[in-house]
Amino acid sequence: MRNSTWREYIITRLIKLSGYSAILFVGLIFLFLMQEGAPALIKIPISTLFSTRWYPIENKFGILPLIGGTVVVTFGAALFAVPLGLATAIYIAEIAPPWVREILKPLVEVLGGLPSVMLGFLGILIVTPFVRTTLDVPTGLTAFTGALILGGMAIPTIVSVAEDALDTVPRTYRQAALALGATEWQTIWRVTLPAARSGVLTAIMLGIGRAIGETMTVMMVTGNAPILPTGLGALFRPVRTMTATIAAEMGEVATGSVHYHSLFLIGIMLFLISLVINLAAASVVFRQRKRAERILS
Amino acid sequence: MKSVKSMVSRSKRQNFIQRLGFAGMTLAAMVTVTPIILIVILIFWQGAPAISWEFLSGFPREGMRAGGILPAIVGTFWLTLGTGVIAVPLGIGAAIYLAEYSPDSPWTRIIRIAIINLAGIPSVVYGLFGLGLFVLFMRFGTSILAGSLTLAIMTLPVIISTTEEALRAVPNSFRVVSVSLGGTQWQTIRRIVLPQALPGILTGVILGLERAAGETAPILFTVAAFFLPQLPSSVFDGTMALPYHLFVISTQVPGMPLRIQYGTAVVLLTFVLGMNIIATILRSRARARRQW
Repeated sequence: MRNSTWREYIITRLIKLSGYSAILFVGLIFLFLMQEGAPALIKIPISTLFSTRWYPIENKFGILPLIGGTVVVTFGAALFAVPLGLATAIYIAEIAPPWVREILKPLVEVLGGLPSVMLGFLGILIVTPFVRTTLDVPTGLTAFTGALILGGMAIPTIVSVAEDALDTVPRTYRQAALALGATEWQTIWRVTLPAARSGVLTAIMLGIGRAIGETMTVMMVTGNAPILPTGLGALFRPVRTMTATIAAEMGEVATGSVHYHSLFLIGIMLFLISLVINLAAASVVFRQRKRAERILS
Repeated sequence: MKSVKSMVSRSKRQNFIQRLGFAGMTLAAMVTVTPIILIVILIFWQGAPAISWEFLSGFPREGMRAGGILPAIVGTFWLTLGTGVIAVPLGIGAAIYLAEYSPDSPWTRIIRIAIINLAGIPSVVYGLFGLGLFVLFMRFGTSILAGSLTLAIMTLPVIISTTEEALRAVPNSFRVVSVSLGGTQWQTIRRIVLPQALPGILTGVILGLERAAGETAPILFTVAAFFLPQLPSSVFDGTMALPYHLFVISTQVPGMPLRIQYGTAVVLLTFVLGMNIIATILRSRARARRQW
């Protein structure tokens, strides 16, 4: 008996420990990014850092073109992914007959599971030449190409989160609207969607977060030219994102060099961006849950 | 007073709008889904002819432009296994804590926020972290150990959230009965809750490992080798891996035969899709069998 209490005690401790390990890991990630990235802030003058030329061989570490690249590609991806993702979510949750839903949901999940390097591979072989010939641009490796594929990769996130949100809207809401004479279409737009709006907002934010963090695909299809994108035409020229810069250059730098630290600095920025997006998304969800509890109690 | 006629025409218009809207939504869903089917078909169509015993069991030759991809297959297998060995116990433990033990306290909320953040951190940042902590600080070098640890931490949130969901789906009455019969909390979890939740947990584990198997960015600086003429012999060896190999042969090697590129893609896709299908089947079977 005594023996088993001991075992129970140890197991309970271990379980508690693994629960708290999540905090440990986030802490460790931040710590090591800071340790390796902070020296860049000391070694690179701020004016250089916020200049428009990224050319590490000549000690030019201007991160603006990289931030610009990420912004352009992400914005482009959102232009595709948000309308398509939301429409698909609405279709699956509200319109599709059950058997279609059972087919569509796993299919969208498959898209979410496709390795990004494979989409990049197909991007190079199929999308790139297509973009070059149809848009008549000198190279198909453009921000637009990246945005197109990245949009596809953000869609599964948007669909599954938004569909969940629509699914949790109580059936009575819809029934009340229909009983008042609204068509199903009006019910979707004026009742269901507004009721699920915080979940839908979370879906969009998480989808955009996914697009910002995507690495391999963008590196393979956007051409990797660190030029500050200006104007709408930049969408159809090569760009280079923050993630692609790290992935492409980290393999070639000397550990401890300024270049090495600067890549970690970009990593810190990406970490902070994802932190902000996810905290915002989480707070929306928490707030919604609180409101639901208030209504129910 | 509005005439009946105008009301009828109004409802006709609404009907028309609705039909138009539904058609638009259906179209959007098709636009989303069709490329997925096309991608899978295309890869299998183009890649299947490349598959031969020699391709699966041979080493790359002539600067990877001929021969097989055995080292990459073996490498991905070991990496996935290593990730599982580390992430599965830790992830299930964390999920048990959250679902069964954790009080509703600020600390629990911080754990949840930490998990949400882990899920959102870009994969390449995990690569940087793995490089900083495992490769350099702990001196594991670019090794299967460093790569597996990095992938494991990245996979953790998927395993935790799906396992917690599976545990919470087990009705509370199961626990109440077990405890009232004199079972301790751990006995209840081990004998009652975990077996009931097992299919859901397995689904989560497989989906997490599927993601790990297909990732490239986290292994770029922690384990992946451009080309290695031998198989890894210990966890401290670097290795080739399927996703990284596909990246290499589709961007870094000029004059690469398309056949080998598609062949590598089809092996990777089979690996990932196979896990996905197993997970989907497990989940639907568990749902069908569930009696509560």
